[in-house]
Parts: sequence; C-alpha cells; structure tokens
Amino acid sequence: MNRLLPLNISNVHFDVDKRQLLHAVNLRLSSNGISVIMGHNGAGKSLLLRCMHGLLQPTAGSITWADLGAELLETRLQQAMVFQKPLMLNRTVAANIYYVLKQRGKSPDLCQSILATAGLEKKTKQSAKSLSGGEQQRLAIARAIATDPAVLFLDEPTANLDPQATRQIEAQIIDASRQNIKIIMVTHDIAQARRIAGEIIFMHQGTLTEHSNARRFFDQPQSDAARDYLSAYIN
Amino acid sequence: MISFTEIFSEFTALLAGPDPDLLEIVFLSLKVSLTATLLACLAGLPLGALLAMTKFRGKWMLTVLVNTLMGMPPVVLGLMVYLLLSRSGPMGFLQLLYTPAAMIIAQTALVLPIVTALTRQLIEDSWKDYREPLQSLCVTPMGCVRTLLWDNRVSLLTISLAGFSRAISEVGAVIVVGGNIDHLTRVMTTAIALETSKGDLALALALGFILLFIALFVNAIVYGVRARVA
Repeated sequence: MNRLLPLNISNVHFDVDKRQLLHAVNLRLSSNGISVIMGHNGAGKSLLLRCMHGLLQPTAGSITWADLGAELLETRLQQAMVFQKPLMLNRTVAANIYYVLKQRGKSPDLCQSILATAGLEKKTKQSAKSLSGGEQQRLAIARAIATDPAVLFLDEPTANLDPQATRQIEAQIIDASRQNIKIIMVTHDIAQARRIAGEIIFMHQGTLTEHSNARRFFDQPQSDAARDYLSAYIN
Repeated sequence: MISFTEIFSEFTALLAGPDPDLLEIVFLSLKVSLTATLLACLAGLPLGALLAMTKFRGKWMLTVLVNTLMGMPPVVLGLMVYLLLSRSGPMGFLQLLYTPAAMIIAQTALVLPIVTALTRQLIEDSWKDYREPLQSLCVTPMGCVRTLLWDNRVSLLTISLAGFSRAISEVGAVIVVGGNIDHLTRVMTTAIALETSKGDLALALALGFILLFIALFVNAIVYGVRARVA
C-alpha cells in the first residue's frame, strides 16, 4: 500500500484574474499504478498537477494526501516531480544525483546504482547539460526517484522526444510504478496513454469530465469532450 | 608633444628594471582592488540572488536604486566615504582616512552595486527555470541561493571581473579618501594622475600601459578558469 494514498481532491477551484482555470474539480485516487491526465491544451492538466504537488494553492477547495494537506512539507517531501523541460543542474551527471541525495540525507554511494537503472552509468563525469534530450529526461526521472518518493508527478515527460527515447522513458516510468511509486502523469500522446495508463483523468476547460479505467476510456468514452478529443486523434 | 617612441622607452625602462617604488604602487593597487572586489562579491552575490528570488514591498524601488548606484561617480562616492571617515564623521573614531583601509572601503562601496545589480539580473533569469524544480525538491531558501550561485559560477566570475575592472581603473574615490600619499596610499591610477599634473606624460602613459597589462593578466587568468570550469 502506498503511504500517501488516498488522494482526495474536493471541490477545487483555481482562479487567475477572475478567470476560472480549474472549476469544481473532485477526484479520489486510492490505488497505485499509473494515472494519466489528458485533455486539450489549456484544459488545466498541468495546473491540476501542480496543485496536487502543492506547488500552487487552489483558490478554493481542498487537496489531501492520506489526510495530510498537499501544501505541507511532510507531504511534499514524499513526492517528486519531473517537468516537461527538465532542469539540469550545471554540473556533472553524478553531481545531479548527489545533489538530491544530499538534500534528503541519503548516502552518496547510491549514486552509481541509480544511474545504472537509468542507463547513464557510463556518463557520470559528463556535464548534465551536454546530454541528449532523452538522456536529460532519464536523468531527471532518476534524480526524482532518488528522493524515494511515494508519488511521482510527470508533466509531459516525453514531449519532443523521438520514439526510441520515448520508449526508454516509458520503461523507466513502468519500472518506477512497479517499485510501489504512484505515477500521476500528463501527456498529449494518446498512444502512450494506451500503452502505460492504468486509469485516465480527462480534463476539459478546467473541469474534470471523466475519470475511468484506461481501457474503458479508450473504448467507450463517456463525455462528448473526450469523444471529440479521441476522434481528433483517430482522424 | 610626446612620441610613441618616448612612451615605449619609458614603458620598457619600467618593465626592465622595475624600481621598488613602482612595485610598491602595483602591489598596493592589486591589494586594494582585489580586496575590495572580494568583499563586494561576498556581500553582493548573495544580496543580488536574494533580491532576484524574493518578493517584498518596494522591491522594484530597491532594484532601481541598486541599478542607479552602478553609475555613481567615484569621486562623489569618495566624498561620501570621506565624510563618513573624517574626524568629525560618524566613523571618524576609526581613524581610517588616508589609509589603504579607507581606499578598500570606498572601492567596495563602488563595486558592490555593480556586483549586486548584475547578479540580480542573472539570477532572476535563471530563477524562472529553477524555481519550480527546487521548490519541488523542498530546497530551503538559502539552499536555493547557494544552488543558483554555484550553477551560474561561470557568469558570476565575469561579473566579479567587471567589478575588479571598475575598482582597479578608478581614481576619483581613492584619491579623495587615500590622498595619494607616497609609500602609503599611492596606487597606479593616482600615480598616473600625479605624473600627468606634473607634465610627465610619457611616464603617465607608460604607467597606464602597465595598468592595462595587469588588467590583461587578471583577465587571462579568469578566462582560463572560466574555460576550465565551463
């Protein structure tokens, strides 16, 4: 059982300049596995992800993880997030891992095995900024996993990557999921969602319109917005 | 009218047989300017980073003020430090006026806004990329400052160099608070000013070339370090 679950999102609103970017979002996630958030651009996917992680405070409503507030340090220390454009610290590949190990008071000896799981063990002394896009994203995920999170957020981790790099990232994500880490991920890649998602959370214009098993979502989408979204992909 | 041959012969004479007086002036120049740059960096780098990363009332005013102070005329700043350190001033009891310490204080005050303002701009640009990932990792505010300063170390080295260049080349502040006293507070720029006023333009220009040569040497070292770090 994951130590941070269940996640309870209750009537969450997020407004900016009187514009409702998130509107009355309710969601409960209680099982491990990979939850994928999908929807058109501007639907509020990344915003919801940031609210879940406590990086942004909702205007109204509440988000709790195992009855702990999302904004609490205690909660956030058990989570990690990888961004679409991964931040590479201006130092070597190994030093990027050392950085988070030191932050979390873990032994630097773990570095080599962490890099090996990401397939970067031969690039330890290379500057992280000189890695390819796929390698940078693999390092970012490895660095996030090095913090030993209960929940890992991924914001479009394979955007702009070639198919081979995408598959490598997906393998890394599935591997993390098998280590009892709850994955909550935003993607626009429907084929990718079909390959790895356990469940789909569908957002449309700031509202959560569907939350269902991935197979059911792709076979029988319930909302018009989801049907439009999927038909656009098929066409 | 002086000829280049005259300047060149003065220059080579100064280099060939450097007399102890000249060496003393060169070393004092380096000591004062390097110390002032170091102190300004110790204060200005974290200050600039904090200014870039924090939000508070009146931040824009402080930013504009720091940016404005970059253009402070050295002689005006020298005058302010003079009033501060003069016998009747609030820090007169320290009896620092006309000592190298006073020159270091003046140059530190001159370099501090440059280092702070340029660091603020650099870190503010970086902070846009670093903010969310570091917040996600729950890095403390001081940890964020350290991380950003370290990751921008190459650019910060160039900023420090700009500060040193400002310090080593200014004359207004050091002449007001130092007084250009032989064997005590005479530095390259004040020596050049003195030789010019005496009409020995060839020697003044030759000293100027030595000053340029020192700046070139320091720049070359920093360039080497930069290339190695990058």
